[in-house]
Amino acid sequence: MEYAAALIVLLCLVAFVVVWPLLRGEGSPAPDEGAREELEAAKEAKYREIRDAELDLQMGKLSSTDHRAIDRELRGEAIEILQRLDELERVTPGR
Amino acid sequence: MAGVGSACLFAGLLTALYAAAASLYGARSGRREVVVSGRRAIYCLAGLMVGATAVLQSAFLRSDFSYALVAEGSSTDTPTFYKATAMWATQDGSLLLWALLLSVFSSTVLFLTRRSLREIAPYATAVLAVVAGFFLLLMVGWENPFGTLASPPAEGSGLNPLLRHPAMMIHPPMLYTGYVGFAIPFAFAVGALITRNTGADWIRATRKFALVAWTFLGTGIMLGALWSYTELGWGGYWAWDPVENASLMPWLFGTAFLHSIMVQEKRGMLKVWNVFLIIGTFVLALLGTFLVRSGILDSIHAFGASTIGVQFLVFIALVIVGSTALVISRLPHLRSEARLDSLLSREAFFLLNNLVLVGLCLVIFWGTFFPLISEAITGTEASVGPPWFNRLTTPLALVLALLMGIGPVVAWRRITPAGLRRALMWPVLATALVLVALLALTSSAERPLAQLMFCLVAFVLAVVVQEFWRGAAARRTISGDPWPRALSRLVARNRRRYGGYLAHAGLVVLFLGVAGSSAFLDQRDVRISPGERFTSGGYSITYLRPTATLGADRAGTGAPITLGAVLRARDKNGKTFLLRPSRNFYPTQDGSKGAIGRFFEGEATSEVDVRWGLRRDVWTAVRPDISALDGPIREANAKFGDASGDVQAVVIAAIVERYRRHAPPATFRAIVSPLVSWIWIGAGIVVLGALIAAWPSPEARLRRARSLYAARLGRDLRAEAS
Repeated sequence: MEYAAALIVLLCLVAFVVVWPLLRGEGSPAPDEGAREELEAAKEAKYREIRDAELDLQMGKLSSTDHRAIDRELRGEAIEILQRLDELERVTPGR
Repeated sequence: MAGVGSACLFAGLLTALYAAAASLYGARSGRREVVVSGRRAIYCLAGLMVGATAVLQSAFLRSDFSYALVAEGSSTDTPTFYKATAMWATQDGSLLLWALLLSVFSSTVLFLTRRSLREIAPYATAVLAVVAGFFLLLMVGWENPFGTLASPPAEGSGLNPLLRHPAMMIHPPMLYTGYVGFAIPFAFAVGALITRNTGADWIRATRKFALVAWTFLGTGIMLGALWSYTELGWGGYWAWDPVENASLMPWLFGTAFLHSIMVQEKRGMLKVWNVFLIIGTFVLALLGTFLVRSGILDSIHAFGASTIGVQFLVFIALVIVGSTALVISRLPHLRSEARLDSLLSREAFFLLNNLVLVGLCLVIFWGTFFPLISEAITGTEASVGPPWFNRLTTPLALVLALLMGIGPVVAWRRITPAGLRRALMWPVLATALVLVALLALTSSAERPLAQLMFCLVAFVLAVVVQEFWRGAAARRTISGDPWPRALSRLVARNRRRYGGYLAHAGLVVLFLGVAGSSAFLDQRDVRISPGERFTSGGYSITYLRPTATLGADRAGTGAPITLGAVLRARDKNGKTFLLRPSRNFYPTQDGSKGAIGRFFEGEATSEVDVRWGLRRDVWTAVRPDISALDGPIREANAKFGDASGDVQAVVIAAIVERYRRHAPPATFRAIVSPLVSWIWIGAGIVVLGALIAAWPSPEARLRRARSLYAARLGRDLRAEAS
């Protein structure tokens, strides 16, 4: 009896929580929202790589020739990410 | 309340199934609201597991013996701390702990990724829900922790005395947090494979979960080793026991994964290898959970045979087959985005380190399962012992230490041979100095492998110091900060890198302890009477007198009888100190032993006494000979079997006093173990390094500095682009 009553109460509570977004149509923000976060994360990661390479240069692990080549490549990749972010900004300005 | 607990489990099972179905349907149909509903179901699952755990914990704390689990694993005289942690000493309770941790971890990661990884996250949710559903199915179908007894006993059996140790009570949640934590990157890896999003996004989102899991698993392993050293009475911390190995294997795979994902993040390489590693880590974590209680392999750590072995093996097989098929079907999407520029590059050294770690794991796997393999092939169960493991793992550990030293000084993509020579000059010089000192001042030359390890430890530590030094010097050049500030800012701005270096330093310090304590250990087993003495590792140890106490064991485990000894140790310089090893006796419920005899003939555990030291530990254990008490116990059983509890207590006190006054010879084990403390210190440094690497948010000022840097870099880049 205790088991059945508890099960009914718990399932009702769970149903309330999980059905709510279905009734309200929640979770349909603009599709760019997630993409923006991912691009921001990728941008941060790329900046970190550029900073790491700078630190390696300062610590003497990289020659300036190697650093120039690596830095150029990393900056190119970062520019690509920034361009994608700009594109997103143009599509949905002000977000 | 048992009904409420069972209802939580069944509702949890239905909720997990709904979460999996809704997430898959939502992802396939593109209906975000259904995906959100599936994610919310995981949050509900966490709530239900918290509820179920609260019900069970309450039963343990109230000593409610109507619960079969409480009657089996606790008693009224079990100390409260051990009552609160007795849940995971049982199989059913362990399963509940797994489900609880998994649901909480899953909720956390899904909350953090609710606005990102929109394609991957729903599939990851489904995977996590299926894993949680499996554990719930085990509990609902076979191992319900809320099973009740029709006629509850007045007293429970009590917690296994061997488990009454603080380290052992924290050890399982640590291990399980580690095992469960690896489910998160595994689930997102599967999601990434299904959606063909095989870039580094899933790694970035779950890397910290993997690091936290790795840290907890490592801490759990070390707590288990500490328990073995101080509780089991044999004097070692690692026995290459199947259950120990089962926890080490996912840690080794996880270590390889944590290094290898950096290569994918930085270079877009090793994608297949990374998914292989995380699948392997998760499968090994499941295997570890299974082995602890399966009873299929003999282990000092296995506490009871499992009734769910087949189910576990089927699930593990499904995970292996399903994941492998998925990886094979996605191979075209897992091509590397770059090629290895040079063998003298950090990515090349990471790959080498990965191969050594996986090699170590394969050796341990083979040795662990050799009894099963030999029985399957020859029909006879044979096993390999610690010497076999030591012979094969020592060379690999030496190579690993060498790579830990070289890796950090090598830059990504390439370093010139001249640059490498420059970077290694000071560390090699420091290592040479250490070698000369070792040869001149110690007898380490008698053990060449240990000596080699000492040199490699010096090499790695020198590299780490050099890295910190050079990094801080570089910062000083830029900012003009004083050394301490430059160092702290360097670490704060590069937590991952310098946290990792610190973890390397900790690990080689741990290796130092292992090499020293295993190569130069001195062990003596003697049987002596009070007043006699023996020598061990340069110490003269005298058995001064026996001890016997009632209800006063030093560890507070609730043992009614403790018999022990007072030893006086004297070193070569005449410095003395006392050691008080003892043995706790716990009563058995077996009535055939007699009302008095049951107090002496139940479980007994060693309470070792260790003189801890940075140079060496002096470890002692005693095994009192209570056979001399057989006569008085038999007599007391006959005369006072029906007496009141108070009278019986007086009789027991008299027997114990008799032992103290007329103690027979006792058996002692004394171990003088050099450098063993550095194992625990090294483990602490590893945890510190991991915490630095995983620390979540930088301080506000640092964030501002990063934003300024990012803004400047962004401006530069946009200018370059235009």
